[in-house]
Amino acid sequence: MSSASLGSIRETRTDVIGLTINGRQVVAKTGATVLEAALGAGIYIPTLCYDPDLKPYGACRLCVVEIEGMRGLVSSCTTPATEGMVVRTETPNVKQSRRITMELISANYHGDFFARAQNQDCELLKVARYLGIEQNRVDRLRKSTQLLPVDDSHPAFIRDLNKCILCAKCVRACHEIVCHDAIDIAFRGNSARIATFGDKPIVESVCKSCGECIARCPTGALVPKWEKLPATEVETICPYCGVGCSLYLGIRDNKVVSVRGDPDGPANRGSLCVKGRWGYDFLSHPERLTTPLIRIPGVPREAGQDSKVHEVFCEASWDEALELAAKRLLELKQNYGPDSIAALSSAKCTNEDNYVMQKFVRAVLGTNNIDHCARLCHASSVVGGIAAFGQGAMSNSYSDFEKTELFFVIGSNTTECHPIIGSLIKRRVRFDNAKLIVAEPRSIELGEYATIILPHKPGTDVALLNGLMYVIIRDGLEDKKFIRERTEGFEEMRQVIEKYAPEIVEAITGVPKTDIEAAARLFGKAKSACILYGMGITQHTTGTDNVKSIANLLLLTGNIGREGTGFSPLRGQNNVQGACDMGALPNVYPGYQRVDDPAVKKKFETAWGCQLSDRPGLAVTEIADAILKGDVKGLYVMGENPLLSEPNLEHFRQALEKVELLVVQDIFLSETAWLADIVFPAAAFAEKDGTFTNTERRVQRVRQAILPPGEAKPDWEIISALAERMGKGRWERAYQSASQIMEEIASLTPIYGGIRFDRLDRGGLQWPCPDASHPGTPFLYQDSFARGRGKFHAVDYIPPAESISQKYPLVLTTGRILEHWHTGTMSRRANVLSELRPSGAVGMHPSDAARLGLVEGDSIIVTSKRGRLKAPVHITEKSPPGIIFMPFHWREAPANILTNDALDPLAKIPEYKVSAVKVLPQKKKPRRRAAQS
Amino acid sequence: MLFADIQKHAVAEWDKLRHGSIPGILVGAGTCGRAAGAEAVLAAVRKELKQRNIDAIVIEVGCIGLCYAEPLMDIIKPGRPRICYKKVTPEIAAQLIEDYLVKDNPRPDLALGTIGRNVVDGIPKLFELPMLKSQVRIVLHNCGFIDPTNIDYYIANGGYRGLVRTLDMKPEDVIEEIKRSGLRGRGGAGFPTGQKWEFCRKSPGREKYIICNADEGDPGAFMNRSLLEGDPHSVLEGMIIGAYAIGAQEGYIYCRAEYPLALERLRIALKQAEEYKLLGDNVLDSGFSFHVKIKEGAGAFVCGEETALMASIEGKRGMPRSRPPFPAQSGLWGKPTNINNVETWASAAVIMQKGADWYASYGTEHSKGTKTFSLAGKVVRTGLIEVPFGATMRQIICEIGGGILEGKRFKAVQTGGPSGGCLPADFVDVPIDYDSLTSAGSIMGSGGMIVMDEDTCVVDIARFFLSFTQLESCGKCIPCRWGTKQMLDILEDITNGKGRSGDIELLQELAQSVKDGSLCGLGQTAPNPVLTSIRYFREEYEAHIEEKRCPALVCNALVSYYIDPEKCQGCMICLRSCPAGAIKGGKRMVHVIDQGKCTKCGTCLNVCPPRFGAIVKTSGEQPAVPTEPTPIGNRGKTRGGQQ
Repeated sequence: MSSASLGSIRETRTDVIGLTINGRQVVAKTGATVLEAALGAGIYIPTLCYDPDLKPYGACRLCVVEIEGMRGLVSSCTTPATEGMVVRTETPNVKQSRRITMELISANYHGDFFARAQNQDCELLKVARYLGIEQNRVDRLRKSTQLLPVDDSHPAFIRDLNKCILCAKCVRACHEIVCHDAIDIAFRGNSARIATFGDKPIVESVCKSCGECIARCPTGALVPKWEKLPATEVETICPYCGVGCSLYLGIRDNKVVSVRGDPDGPANRGSLCVKGRWGYDFLSHPERLTTPLIRIPGVPREAGQDSKVHEVFCEASWDEALELAAKRLLELKQNYGPDSIAALSSAKCTNEDNYVMQKFVRAVLGTNNIDHCARLCHASSVVGGIAAFGQGAMSNSYSDFEKTELFFVIGSNTTECHPIIGSLIKRRVRFDNAKLIVAEPRSIELGEYATIILPHKPGTDVALLNGLMYVIIRDGLEDKKFIRERTEGFEEMRQVIEKYAPEIVEAITGVPKTDIEAAARLFGKAKSACILYGMGITQHTTGTDNVKSIANLLLLTGNIGREGTGFSPLRGQNNVQGACDMGALPNVYPGYQRVDDPAVKKKFETAWGCQLSDRPGLAVTEIADAILKGDVKGLYVMGENPLLSEPNLEHFRQALEKVELLVVQDIFLSETAWLADIVFPAAAFAEKDGTFTNTERRVQRVRQAILPPGEAKPDWEIISALAERMGKGRWERAYQSASQIMEEIASLTPIYGGIRFDRLDRGGLQWPCPDASHPGTPFLYQDSFARGRGKFHAVDYIPPAESISQKYPLVLTTGRILEHWHTGTMSRRANVLSELRPSGAVGMHPSDAARLGLVEGDSIIVTSKRGRLKAPVHITEKSPPGIIFMPFHWREAPANILTNDALDPLAKIPEYKVSAVKVLPQKKKPRRRAAQS
Repeated sequence: MLFADIQKHAVAEWDKLRHGSIPGILVGAGTCGRAAGAEAVLAAVRKELKQRNIDAIVIEVGCIGLCYAEPLMDIIKPGRPRICYKKVTPEIAAQLIEDYLVKDNPRPDLALGTIGRNVVDGIPKLFELPMLKSQVRIVLHNCGFIDPTNIDYYIANGGYRGLVRTLDMKPEDVIEEIKRSGLRGRGGAGFPTGQKWEFCRKSPGREKYIICNADEGDPGAFMNRSLLEGDPHSVLEGMIIGAYAIGAQEGYIYCRAEYPLALERLRIALKQAEEYKLLGDNVLDSGFSFHVKIKEGAGAFVCGEETALMASIEGKRGMPRSRPPFPAQSGLWGKPTNINNVETWASAAVIMQKGADWYASYGTEHSKGTKTFSLAGKVVRTGLIEVPFGATMRQIICEIGGGILEGKRFKAVQTGGPSGGCLPADFVDVPIDYDSLTSAGSIMGSGGMIVMDEDTCVVDIARFFLSFTQLESCGKCIPCRWGTKQMLDILEDITNGKGRSGDIELLQELAQSVKDGSLCGLGQTAPNPVLTSIRYFREEYEAHIEEKRCPALVCNALVSYYIDPEKCQGCMICLRSCPAGAIKGGKRMVHVIDQGKCTKCGTCLNVCPPRFGAIVKTSGEQPAVPTEPTPIGNRGKTRGGQQ
């Protein structure tokens, strides 16, 4: 850059400063450090402890420079650049100091420093080569003889502190980015080293195995055990939760050999959690399905997973299997009508897969009997959100959270289920003084950061929220202007709210009224607040009411439609938002266009060239009953595993055993697939192109990194092939690529109108994105709600469907744990994840355990009205007295045997979160102990 | 209560002790006094008084600085001057009560000196003693004289007058007065205090902090401890004055937990000051409020560095950070913060009590006032002293310290603790101030002063100080953590006879890089002992490296013991005492030491009867001595009379 243009930049911009580095005029952003100014101007300064994501630290001292007017050598990474500063980065003193520092590193580095310098590609060695250290100079020094034991306790990585230079990037990342604080510097002088609490092996620490530290280690002190140098890297999206982290899969020989977070990923900015970092070996697992399978005639469905595959199925060619499926499906359709077939689409699959699936069901099968597991997680959000705002999606964005003053987290164990969002909240509270209210029956990690904790009883959310609104209205903290100008229905709601004085709410929820009042005031006075919630809100018979109450609170305080505010249902699966957007729901086409709207129906009939049904179909949770009643004869399942995820599993198993035809396409022989008549091998996320839509409505590209195993194919290709065989003219187009499918989606789905693959390369787009020039929408409802005015709903508290009794004295609540994912199909086949958490257990408060005479690890029998299971007990104060917690990942102890399939009347979501159970020690005779429990 | 009333009450209390009708007994019970046995003395005094039914005021005072003569006990007998007794044991204490209080014999033989205008026959005036005569006690004026747990005594001796004066002034004028006094930071760096206060005052922000750095960590330094134990209110008064001048509402005293007595006395002082409304909300009804908290440090040397100290107060690991931003801009909890050390705060109090001009009349042009030093090492009289800047090392060592122990040769003095330098005897007449010490390669530091005689090996001393800084390095930056370790490894090699040629240059090169490259003051000064000792005693390094010889006979690996065949009387004492079984000999045989077995413990040298003096300690070339015992007769002379 010439100095003339520099001058003009400096005259016109106040946010830049000018300085001289090595005689060159350079400009830098105000607030930049000298190092950043130099790097920005293309002037290299070696450093090992600088990281743009971390606070300046100044430990390695390699970035020292000379600055006029400052004494001696100063570290450029910690010194702010100022106007007119004169910097020299390569003076003899600077070079001498850097060289000696690097020589000291080499004298203390165990392992052959120079040999590594030729072989490996780590930052330390790059800097060493730049500084040109020589063997004969290092030989003058005394080599360190202090050898520390290598910590290889962790299944995923090795900590070799003998290669550590204490740049503390790991410590700082752990503290500043993910807020886990698992490690710090301990001891002094030459003994100073990175240590866990008590200097124990890392696996015994509070480490959450996110690997943020490993990604930043510049010396090879922290290295993954399994990682290899990739030949190529492919940018794609994590297949686990709904956060939608962008990452690079490193590929060599058609295998994923490395994983790194994408520093430009809008959701994660380079971070990953334990699953996103280590959870990929399922891709090359020997149990992957590689060919179509057909059930051997005569083998009953009851022959479950204890059998051998070849005793139940025989391998088939694609032709045979597709032909058979087409034939059987057509038979059912002809014999019993289109509505005798139901299909489950998948929140794990791409938008394109889901679009093709729902199109197949509607256009080829001729029914609206399509649903997917969103029914089980956020159906109530969709129903409640649409009722209040006209949309059921998250109204805001992660970037918005950076501006939020108050977070209200209710019914979400965010740090376990959405770890990247969890860390974001912790960072905002820890470093920016944001406030946090946590409402949650269990004790969760976010509670440690909370200003106020409201530990309400399971299923009392409406009462709690009404109580907060009571205080807000009583104290005049509501946003009167917003209510007047943007909402309707306030008066009716207010009349209901009047019944929820704090003392009444205390009686219902168990939360002290003083805390209710304090939380209400905090919320009412916050300049910007958002409410984040998860399954704790939705999975109730009052799930829709709960969501409406949340909407009420946001509308009441005007905390929606502005930066930093909003309605934030945290979607569970990687593409649950997308699967809903794609119309894998029984009542809507893609983009939430209603099937019973004649104009909509006409549009799709024209586009797809067929007659469509205007009768809304069955929800997931209605299918079992429909099968048992004989209404549904055939079930088509794509990438879901209802036989672990449905409530009241025994009931569902009976249905699956009865159904005439069960077709499953999946990447593994899941619990459900074991019962299938025909199984199609599908490609996993890394083996196909497409898009996922994350919880902040961001449509992001998924890219093929490796070939599918054997004959496995992308789901949309399987469905297309089947449709072609069945359609005979009605399935006009054979898709050539996923991007072609997206073009069709865009043409029919207004909120996706501007989405095309070539627009998604830089961080994706957030819908609504109506046309090709639209930049996407970071937050909704700025000017008006999707339904016009925001609607208050008068919502009364209704107790959970099941309450504790003498016979079933404990409340069971279910959920997820950090290391595992849903039914474990993927995560339990990932070595690191299954080594970290090999088995599940029932969390129980010490007082309950003491009453039952249990000690940690004891085997217990948990029984509900619906079933019983055996599991070990984990005694923890995280579960409050009277409430036990169980993750549902384990097929050995499937929690859903116990859960209640009572439904929310509107959303048809089951009440997973409240089941009355009893617990007995396994060895004792149940009958004799029953009286005591 | 008006301050005038407080003062009146305080003077009355003080007079009760000085001119009252009952005797007062004051025992020096600082940490040093207690270490010398003051608690036993106190118990004996109380017991004796009770037994004899004598009514007397017994109080514990801090250290007057005469450490060599402790335990000290002063007796005030009505009508007589206060007499200070030295090296008091419980028996002597009881004896004194009988002899002086009961029988009126002041026991001049046990006395050190009198305090006050009147004299007692046969007892010198305490302040005429050579150790005290050339001292100027401004900061220490109360230490050892008043009960540090009694605020009245402090007030009666002029205390809190400085605060009262301050509250009548504008904060800017207070800063001006401090500037005019020429006070510079007593923690080591010597930054002008008034200027530092001004930076913090002018720094934007409503919330500001001041901190008293009481994290004294230099080996051999005890100035701050003694001051806190002996006169805590002076530090507190200085802090309140500083807070007013700077505009701070809150202050912290960061004191190491190894100073339990100082902490206890500080807590008492805080409580008393609050009771008198000299501290807390609305100080003396001036509208100015100031609160002080005490933070106990865990004894990390690096926490004396101000950014590490603040991190420690914030509950983080005590590690320094780079500056800028300076604490005056962004310090504790990110707010403007001013940190001064104990002595600086106490000096500020005296300055405001007695005026800047009075204070500036002491000292040199650029180093005004007085400085306390911990005089330690090989001097006759060790202790805590205070001299005006400009005093020479000779005055301190020869006059105050009484010269070198056992008449040995003065070799060097280490000032500034492990961050300072080792200055040779040539500097004995250089006036001591900030600038002269810096130009000599050392620093003033907080006032440690360790005197070395000819038996001290400077290479070993450099190794010792470096081992200290290496152990106390926080480990954050590479030059300090591994640079000092590398230098220490080399010094250990040198003192173990494994020095390599080129090591001196390597040490200098490393030292320069550690100084230049380190993040904080600890690393930046840690090489000073090495650099100065190479600068002034290079030949000793060369002797160690090239000749494998320790001229001071200190470095064990380089010394050896042998038995002079001309002097050995064959008494077998050394043979029997040698723990390594390295001595061979027999009755009337010239003994020999098996060098292979000798562990160089020096036992033989200690046990050989002085009249024989047959054991010789040497370094470098081995003398030619027999390797096997020979009969004494064989050496040509008989000394039968010695049997």
